[in-house]
Amino acid sequence: MTGQDRHAARSAWVFLTPALLLIAVFFFLPVLAALLLSFTDFDIYALGDLDRLRFVGLRNYLDLLQSPLFWTALGNTFYFVAVGGPLSVAVSLGAALLVNAPLTRCPGFFRAAFFLPVVTTLVAVAVVWRYLYHPRFGLLNYGLGLLGIDPIDWLGDPAWAMPAIILMAVWKNFGFNMIIFIAGLQNIPTQLYEAARIDGASGWRQFRHITLPLLGPTFLFVALMTMIGYFQVFAEPYVMTQGGPANRTLSVVLLMYEEGFRWWNMGYASAAAFVLFLLILAGTALQLRLRRGDSE
Amino acid sequence: MAMLPPRLLFIALFALWLAGCDSGADRAVTVEFWAMGQEGEQVRALLPEFERRHPDLRVRVQQIPWSAAHEKLLTAHAGDAMPDVFQLGNTWIPEFVALRAIEPLDERLRGWPAAALSDYFPGILATNRLAGRTYALPWYVDTRLFFYRGDLLAAAGFPEPPTSWDGWLRAMAALKAKGDGTRYAILLPIDEWQLPVILALQRGATLLRDRDQYGNFRDPRFREAFTFYLNLFAQGLAPPVGNTQMANLYRDFASGAFALYISGPWNIGEFGRRLPAAAQPHWNTAPLPEFTHSPSPLAPGKELGARAVGVSLAGGASLALSRTSPRREAAWKLLEFLAEPEQQARFYQLTGDLPARQSAWNDPALTGNRHAQAFREQLQHLRATPPIPEWERIASRIAYYAELAVRQQLNVDEALAALDRDVDRILEKRRWLLSRGLTP
Repeated sequence: MTGQDRHAARSAWVFLTPALLLIAVFFFLPVLAALLLSFTDFDIYALGDLDRLRFVGLRNYLDLLQSPLFWTALGNTFYFVAVGGPLSVAVSLGAALLVNAPLTRCPGFFRAAFFLPVVTTLVAVAVVWRYLYHPRFGLLNYGLGLLGIDPIDWLGDPAWAMPAIILMAVWKNFGFNMIIFIAGLQNIPTQLYEAARIDGASGWRQFRHITLPLLGPTFLFVALMTMIGYFQVFAEPYVMTQGGPANRTLSVVLLMYEEGFRWWNMGYASAAAFVLFLLILAGTALQLRLRRGDSE
Repeated sequence: MAMLPPRLLFIALFALWLAGCDSGADRAVTVEFWAMGQEGEQVRALLPEFERRHPDLRVRVQQIPWSAAHEKLLTAHAGDAMPDVFQLGNTWIPEFVALRAIEPLDERLRGWPAAALSDYFPGILATNRLAGRTYALPWYVDTRLFFYRGDLLAAAGFPEPPTSWDGWLRAMAALKAKGDGTRYAILLPIDEWQLPVILALQRGATLLRDRDQYGNFRDPRFREAFTFYLNLFAQGLAPPVGNTQMANLYRDFASGAFALYISGPWNIGEFGRRLPAAAQPHWNTAPLPEFTHSPSPLAPGKELGARAVGVSLAGGASLALSRTSPRREAAWKLLEFLAEPEQQARFYQLTGDLPARQSAWNDPALTGNRHAQAFREQLQHLRATPPIPEWERIASRIAYYAELAVRQQLNVDEALAALDRDVDRILEKRRWLLSRGLTP
């Protein structure tokens, strides 16, 4: 290493240290603490007096895997990810294509309008959506009534509660991915479309053979971020249904919150957090592997 | 008093100096007081009188929504940010005692006249005591009993509310028969644990056994109570709906979709506000009857005379002092003030919360409330739930399995076996502590 290199390395460290310190103190330390907690039975007894804390090894993890409630929560979370994730990506892409289309007037307005739900407070959104979902006076059931469909108890019926939550979550979140897709779309050189048009390719074939392949990296990013975010679904069911009816909207993070902050079983809740972490890690690895297989 | 350590002394002096800075006249000690929901809002009206009597004290009320109160108090304790005085549900007391978050009041209560403590409803005061120590003072009380539609009962042949379970069952059957299949006799939200527990306590069941170390739900008395509860649904007397599925409780009660409801004092106010004027004269409250083994062993006169009131739950909220507060003396003055019968009566007028002290019930505002009288009677017959930190959790399991049993996804024995298994798991830490000779 030459002196100049060493000098450059030193200045890099100087610039990086504050950020690294912050990440270490506010991220790695808590994660490490949570990992240690997950091997203990930290609860209110231990909070009152640390002598009453026990190291329990993997028992929290074993209990978790044997708990029907955890499997319910896991099933609900997978439902949310499997239905809500693709739906959200599809809606974002659709909206991005529409907003980015040359015929669309005032794309700036639509971009802002579609992005607005993302920056709106969830609680305010939830209040409005509760009105929309109201079984008797809600706009949604009014619309269904006009079509001659019987009213649905959106948030009270065990079968409909999760679809209702997914619908709201998609509406709330698609704007963010839409912006990323728009950026991706704008990076595709227009000459490609011109060439395709000259070759007589239809709109669909242009989309299939130019837009989609060139959006590949954007797609991967959006799909990964959506999956990671959707696995951690918490606020929507917390505000709208508190996990009900009959635990049908209980997500893993909501279960974790209940165990940790309602019952103060911090050990058990930390174990749940790490199981979720492993699942997300596995999901991410799987997507990356699939994508790599695609491009080869 | 022991000498303050120098560092504390310095901090205290510094704080004094700071306090002296902002204005020379205002050297008042500020007591931080956390209260929940509407209590937190209304209690402010009582405080000017307190501050007038104690010019050197100020009270800052922090209002906390009930739905977040428990978490907020726990987090405050974990983060060492407890208020000086706080309101808490009386079933939370064992938990906060286990956390070492509450200052016992026995020393301070020694200054009270003997009559003052015995003025509290005994069943309620008992929930504030643990292992012989008093940890909090009851603020207002809460229990459950019948709300009924007198006109519908009369139309079904019961001009007076029944005074035995047998009578209520006959009344429910008659109510059900009068309704053409669309009406129910009674509303019992299936996601609540209270009624099965009350029925079991009435039969003398102990919910937990061996110093509260194991669930005791397969005990014949609990099983009998649980079966009685499930039969109300099986016979079609109660609809199998939960709290979240009820579109509008008040409209349904007014329309006669059900004629009976077992609920608490907050519904005195809610029914008064929300039922239409036409329904107002027709509803009233009645205490829960006593459980008797054989259907009618009562001497003929007994049913008319002193009616046999059965036990119900000793609920409500209490006020406690934080153990870590440096202003416990000032905080105690606030506690004493809010415990005065006059303040209790005024608080009732502000909130509708029923006073925990019996002498406050002689206030004309309460004697004039016909819906409150059954509560006064019921409050003499209270039973507390097991005083352990795990209780709330156990209660939520009872509600869960009761719901599954009502929905017939589990039969009685499966539900109770699963309940015992879950509860034994919840109590594992308690068993470990007791086996090691540690106080839970």
